[in-house]
Amino acid sequence: MQFVIYLTFAILSLSMIVIFVRLIMGPTLPDRVVALELLASVIVAMIGAYAIYTDTSSFIDVAIVAALTAFLAAIGFARFLERGGPRDD
Amino acid sequence: MIDWIIKFLMLTSSIFILLAAVGILRLPDLLTRMHASTKAGALGITLMMLAASFHFFETVVMAKSLAVIIFILITAPVAAHAIGRAGYFVGVPVWTKTVKDELINCYDPKSHRLMSGLETEEELEIYRQNLDFKPRIRVKRREPGD
Repeated sequence: MQFVIYLTFAILSLSMIVIFVRLIMGPTLPDRVVALELLASVIVAMIGAYAIYTDTSSFIDVAIVAALTAFLAAIGFARFLERGGPRDD
Repeated sequence: MIDWIIKFLMLTSSIFILLAAVGILRLPDLLTRMHASTKAGALGITLMMLAASFHFFETVVMAKSLAVIIFILITAPVAAHAIGRAGYFVGVPVWTKTVKDELINCYDPKSHRLMSGLETEEELEIYRQNLDFKPRIRVKRREPGD
């Protein structure tokens, strides 16, 4: 069990690195917003894995809050982009 | 037994998320990247929360993880739609091999309203003249009786 949890953490960290490359590279701002949203979902999954690792069920609440903030951030960025604020990709 | 289910769910979840990450790195433009990230990411979170609910196996934790799953399944398409729409208005370049763009000239650039191009009677008549040209919408209105 322990080994599988470590492997899960390793794969999730690898995917975070890969997403971070896109976050740095991303040619336009919407690309970066998509990368940030996926990064937030990786964080939610990682919180779930950490709840299993530490055997603490309270971390599920943290996952709920992280998912909520990620959704609000995505909607906020989308509104900002659509209204056409000053931006510098 | 249930240990093996948890292991399988955790590994599948992380592999799906890695797949989403590779897709977001490798695919060519914004819309295909969103196609990769939204679905695979949501499935990854769903499987991880299922693993958590199997691990704790209490009613409260199961309800909470079910709440997370339903929340993700509701909000991921909404957020993807909002970002895709915003990207279309910003004018993000699409892939050079893109075949068609059905929304071109359909959005009013000022008010951001979607027009079908068939608002007036003349446009509708032109559309009826060459029906096989653009099979885009249903021409006959459905009557309330039938």
